[in-house]
Amino acid sequence: MQKWVANLLRREFKFLHKPLNASSRLFLLAAALFIAVSLFFPLWKMHLVAPQYSDGLDLFIFPYKIQGGGFNGQHLAEINNLNHYIGMKPLQQADFLEMIWMPFVFGFIILLLLRSIVFGAMSNVIDLFAIYTYFGLFSIGSFWYRLYQYGHNLDPKAPVHIQPFTPQLVGVKQIANFREFSYPQLGAYLLCVSVLLIVLAGWLSRKEQPA
Amino acid sequence: MKTISTVILFALAISLTSCGKQGGTSAADRTANALASYVAPGEKDEYYLFYSGGHSGQIFVAGIPSMRHIVTIPVYAPYPATGWGFDEESKKMMGGFEWGDVHHPALSQTDSKYDGRWLFANDNANNRIARIDLKDFKTHQILGPIPNSIGNHGSSFVTENTEYILCATRFSVPLPKGRVADPKDYPKEFNSMVSGIKVDPQTGEMKVGWQILTPPFDWDLGSTGKGPSSGWAFWTSYNSEMAHDLLEVNSTQKDRDYCAIVNWRAAEKAVADGKASMMDGVPILDPAKVPGVLYFVPIGKSPHGMDVDPSGKWIVAGGKLQPATTVLNFEKVQAAVSNKTFDGDFRGIPILKYEAVVEGEVPVGLGPLHTQYDGKGFAYTSMFIDSCIVKWKLPPWTDEEKKDLNKAVLDKVQTHFSTGHLVVAGSDTKNPYGKWLVAMNKLSAGRHINVGPSQPESSQLIDITGDKMKMVAESYTEPEPHFAQILKVSEINPNEILPKDENKDANAVWDKDATSVTRTGNKVLAKVLAIRSRFYPDRIDAQVGDELTVAVTNVEQTRDMIHGFGLIEHNINMVMDPGETKTFHIKLTKQGVFPFYCTNFCSALHQEMQGYLVVKPAGGASTGAAGGAP
Repeated sequence: MQKWVANLLRREFKFLHKPLNASSRLFLLAAALFIAVSLFFPLWKMHLVAPQYSDGLDLFIFPYKIQGGGFNGQHLAEINNLNHYIGMKPLQQADFLEMIWMPFVFGFIILLLLRSIVFGAMSNVIDLFAIYTYFGLFSIGSFWYRLYQYGHNLDPKAPVHIQPFTPQLVGVKQIANFREFSYPQLGAYLLCVSVLLIVLAGWLSRKEQPA
Repeated sequence: MKTISTVILFALAISLTSCGKQGGTSAADRTANALASYVAPGEKDEYYLFYSGGHSGQIFVAGIPSMRHIVTIPVYAPYPATGWGFDEESKKMMGGFEWGDVHHPALSQTDSKYDGRWLFANDNANNRIARIDLKDFKTHQILGPIPNSIGNHGSSFVTENTEYILCATRFSVPLPKGRVADPKDYPKEFNSMVSGIKVDPQTGEMKVGWQILTPPFDWDLGSTGKGPSSGWAFWTSYNSEMAHDLLEVNSTQKDRDYCAIVNWRAAEKAVADGKASMMDGVPILDPAKVPGVLYFVPIGKSPHGMDVDPSGKWIVAGGKLQPATTVLNFEKVQAAVSNKTFDGDFRGIPILKYEAVVEGEVPVGLGPLHTQYDGKGFAYTSMFIDSCIVKWKLPPWTDEEKKDLNKAVLDKVQTHFSTGHLVVAGSDTKNPYGKWLVAMNKLSAGRHINVGPSQPESSQLIDITGDKMKMVAESYTEPEPHFAQILKVSEINPNEILPKDENKDANAVWDKDATSVTRTGNKVLAKVLAIRSRFYPDRIDAQVGDELTVAVTNVEQTRDMIHGFGLIEHNINMVMDPGETKTFHIKLTKQGVFPFYCTNFCSALHQEMQGYLVVKPAGGASTGAAGGAP
């Protein structure tokens, strides 16, 4: 029994010390590029449609900013103006700490990727994968919590009272006269691809032998 | 008995047949016509129809083919619906007048095509010209009263590249204005005027350029040249007799009246060369002393419209009191001018020999007024007396047609009733859209549901794509359409809001912290912000005797989020479009508490959008006669 555990650990140990081949390193470089590019594209889009807003109001969430759709980003002001009737706090970029730490974390992950390329060990990829996945899940969780807070901390003096709610994270939801469509955007897809590239980088070097 | 039943059956058969028809239209035609003008809910029209509102003083916008009235552009008369005439800027533009008589709207042109920048509209009553910007469908300038111009009816005709708006006066008076002479001395003391209103090519800003003094004929309708007639303009007149009283009789004695043929480029050059003298601040040309600027040609009888065709070669005058239109050939006009084929002169102004310039008289029928063109070689003339539109063929005519010009007349369609102006889409450009014709009728004479004695005017939509004209729809256009312009919807893209950056008003406020009520002596200035569904501030304090200025900014940047500011019992209603600031000044004369409220429905809490103007008695801080709070 002990021997079996010891063998497994040795195999684990050996696996973590596998070197990364050229293809793996190339994949990691690609992943770093994808993350860097994703900074410039929205991660998420919320699209709100009502009879009076048949073209819809758009809210784009970037890693470092929120931006309304329409002329001069006017949709953000419009959404805030409508939300004041139900007592929702206005969405203001200054309130989103995430918009400061997210680009920082993106940079950190890119640094870890470059480190993995240089050191070229499987253990680096595993570390990276773990940290990146944690960051991704945390961000989504934090985003959901934001939505929950905005939908539940409603001013009791607001002219219109509605049941506290959580805007939909992914999918469609009816909120009063609005139909909300919320879906990930190009930035989020680029990040997903970068995760996939990291996994593939590990996979491609699975048969390498430690020096 | 058998005979009687046959007769009854026959009558029944007739009535059954006529059941499926109305005004000669079969059920199938009715369906086709309905579909041709039908614009389903949510769908959009293909063309704008900008039609003049006559003595309502406004321009109206309808859609074609639906013929639905879509919006009113207030110009010369107050229009509380958009707050026009209540804020300082529009009041200043209206210059103390509260009405105008809008006749002939004209779209700006570049290279004899609509360029979608501006719409100009004349005021026959107070001698003015207005410019509407098609970027926001609002009036931006009203020029006038134009000096030395009385009865600005023969306008507004834009030149090929909107260098000028050309105008001619319908009335004559002793000039300069303000001089008094006995109307009995009309031929000697009275004069008419042709004016060139210069348009700034960048901003559209208008100013009086120059004028040409003419004998006291009553200039009627005109148009500008293009192509071969580039640089020229044409007007009819109806009082070559120079009568001053009972014009109905005294101005209709001659068989022909003089039409004016004006070389406006030559006039412009003569003024630049210093050949003008000044009258009331305007350079005036005396055409007797400056040859080459003005020519006359006699045309029958009391002619009305004078319309240049899209090629610029044919000029058609509507005979009004003769049953024919007269077609002039501009190439012949040019030959007559250069060969001096004159029939004498009138007060030193050469009269072109009629036979030398005329191409033919087309017997269209009774009361021909205006002519429009489809760009395919056909002309369409409105017939006031016959109450119809006549389609006829422009020259060149075949020998057979020349022998009998009745053969050039191709089709007639009845109108209801007594058509004045008509418009074919793009007729005054070198490339008409064709397709639609709108007949603007002067009488509806009970054709509509009975609305009492004040009866509306109707306009009728006619499809001109086929050999035969086809009337497809009619509507009751706001009074009183004189002329109209048709513009393809896809050629312009107006702003739906005023972008914040373009609001240059010094008193605009965009944040509630920037709003204020400040007092300087007896002047109180309130900078107010309007947003769904509140005003900041919603209380303004002042006292009797104060001069109150209120500037309200609608900070919305969403289309159709319009707010009003109506002040109870003070004759104030401003309406601010998204991004707009409007201002009013009043002297406060009565004490009391006066609510103000949003007059333009904005939101679910529109009714709650209100505030108070508190006007205390003069010189006192007291809140009222009773004084003191409980």
